[in-house]
Amino acid sequence: MLEVLIQLLPSVLLEGLILGFVYAMIALGYTMVYGVLELINFAHSEIFMSGAVAGAETFILLKAAVPNPFILLALAILIGGAVAAIVAILVERLAYRPLRRRGTTNRLVPLITAIGASFFLQDLVRLIEGLWHNAFYRRYPSFEVFEATYTLPNLLGSVIILLTLWIVFWVLAYFAYWIYRAATGTKGVSRRASRGLWIASLVLTLLVAVIDRGTVFGDLGLTIQMKSILVVVISFAMLYGLNWLVHKTKLGIAIRAVAQDAQTASLMGIDPDVIITYTFLIGGFLGGVAGVLFGLLYTLVHPYVGFIPGIKAFTAAVLGGIGNITGAALGGLVLGMLEMLGGTYLTFLTNGAMGTEYKDILAFAILIFILLFRPQGIMGEQVGEKV
Amino acid sequence: MKKVLELKNVHTYYGHIHALKGIDLEVGEGEIVTLIGANGAGKTTTLRTISGMIHPREGEVLFEGVAVHHLPAHQIVKRGVGHVPEGRRIFPRLTVEENLEIGAYLQNDRQEIERRKAEVFELFPRLAERRRQLGGTLSGGEQQMLAIGRALMQDPRILLLDEPSMGLAPVLVDVIFETVAELNKRGKTILLVEQNALKALEVAHRGYVLQTGEITLAGPAKELAQNEEVKKAYLGG
Repeated sequence: MLEVLIQLLPSVLLEGLILGFVYAMIALGYTMVYGVLELINFAHSEIFMSGAVAGAETFILLKAAVPNPFILLALAILIGGAVAAIVAILVERLAYRPLRRRGTTNRLVPLITAIGASFFLQDLVRLIEGLWHNAFYRRYPSFEVFEATYTLPNLLGSVIILLTLWIVFWVLAYFAYWIYRAATGTKGVSRRASRGLWIASLVLTLLVAVIDRGTVFGDLGLTIQMKSILVVVISFAMLYGLNWLVHKTKLGIAIRAVAQDAQTASLMGIDPDVIITYTFLIGGFLGGVAGVLFGLLYTLVHPYVGFIPGIKAFTAAVLGGIGNITGAALGGLVLGMLEMLGGTYLTFLTNGAMGTEYKDILAFAILIFILLFRPQGIMGEQVGEKV
Repeated sequence: MKKVLELKNVHTYYGHIHALKGIDLEVGEGEIVTLIGANGAGKTTTLRTISGMIHPREGEVLFEGVAVHHLPAHQIVKRGVGHVPEGRRIFPRLTVEENLEIGAYLQNDRQEIERRKAEVFELFPRLAERRRQLGGTLSGGEQQMLAIGRALMQDPRILLLDEPSMGLAPVLVDVIFETVAELNKRGKTILLVEQNALKALEVAHRGYVLQTGEITLAGPAKELAQNEEVKKAYLGG
């Protein structure tokens, strides 16, 4: 049984990583808006959805005119991203800005507005799709090139196994030590002890590798589909682009300045409203692209498709430390992998009594556990620091 | 002397609190004017009213002869008002250099930005040493230098300084006041709000005394420093 668990590890983690990239891109929208407005934009899941639906329509409408699926995908990404960005800006203009203008100080009011905007968008898309096609479920067409499967070298799988084992052993050892320390009345773990734990878990990992070398270095049959490669490459490029934008451009510095202190930023000649609009534009575009990639992976999209990925991405943003951009990306990847691990291993560990439908339970249980120890999130800071 | 800034009968409220009760004040080109007074007299409110962070209910704020009191803060900055706010308010998670860059947000000419940055670094060599450090990791004095440097990046026509010496060690207080004098020598017009009345009156040309939202005394700084009331209330005898 352990053998199967180890053997499955690389493909499960890879799948989780692919899903995680989609979560990461959605999570960035939540975290950026939270950074500048301290508002959880619950309508963001519908911004994601409008991108997914717009992408589907692009694929379906242009399929005949554009024979090359890669160009078609590029067009769908651009249109899906643009539609989602426009929706995001409109939500800000029509729903949030009027409240800010009135100087609403009650935090619940914009929150309720966000939920209202969310329902409104679901039904609006449903109405449009219904009038247009008489049905609101849309399917992404499949292309042979996108479905093509490639085998990855076994070495990559072995490396993933070893790294994962190392991290898992370290986490277990760390908690065991932490509990031991707490039980003996001292708090925390010293730097030296922490290094010791790293080395000990590395030794343990190597031991497992030697004992179970047949599995670890055996034929792992790790495969990846073209569309998954595309998802990873595109999301990675977008995350990299965002990182560059936020850290190296004037707009990025201005966004961070507004997030840290909007009033002082206005003393620098920055119009906070302009920066807020840009933030919704960027977050919306990323969310829309995530929607198209989601459609590419799971094919079926509809007006209610945003809810679950939206909630998960929001969770990922909190996990990473809400308001922190790197944290949101990291949180997305971690959540994606946890979810896939939960989905696969629960079935094995319970002999099929609990199937993949329980995957979220394990993922969220681990999440609660992490947040118990780090309530501020992985990258978050104790004091209310943002972006 | 050309008037850079003029306040005419300005009334500002925080909700129902009448914070400024008809302030008249002017600052001429090339002057250092100081506004002194006790805590809660309305010094900070006066500066906030000038830079548009709060709008007066009555009266006018004229900048170079043009009424600006109805404009939002970011547009007043554009006209040349540089405000170094109370408590420095530097961006803690931006580096020193990014803090300066954001000060020059309205300037698009890269060469001009570099020129101003070099000027700030020449004025405060300490900032140059720490240019890659996060603003929040600086000491109080360095943060004050950064806050002033950031405002200078705007190349403002008038510099509003709100309690630049607050919370600093005596040595640094001297450095800050020397800088104020130096900036003025280089041609900057300055409106200085201070609790340290003695130092402020030493460096300023003219002064106003603010008491519970009203100007009670005004005149050349040297005369104010000799005034018995001022001495008793603000100069410790």
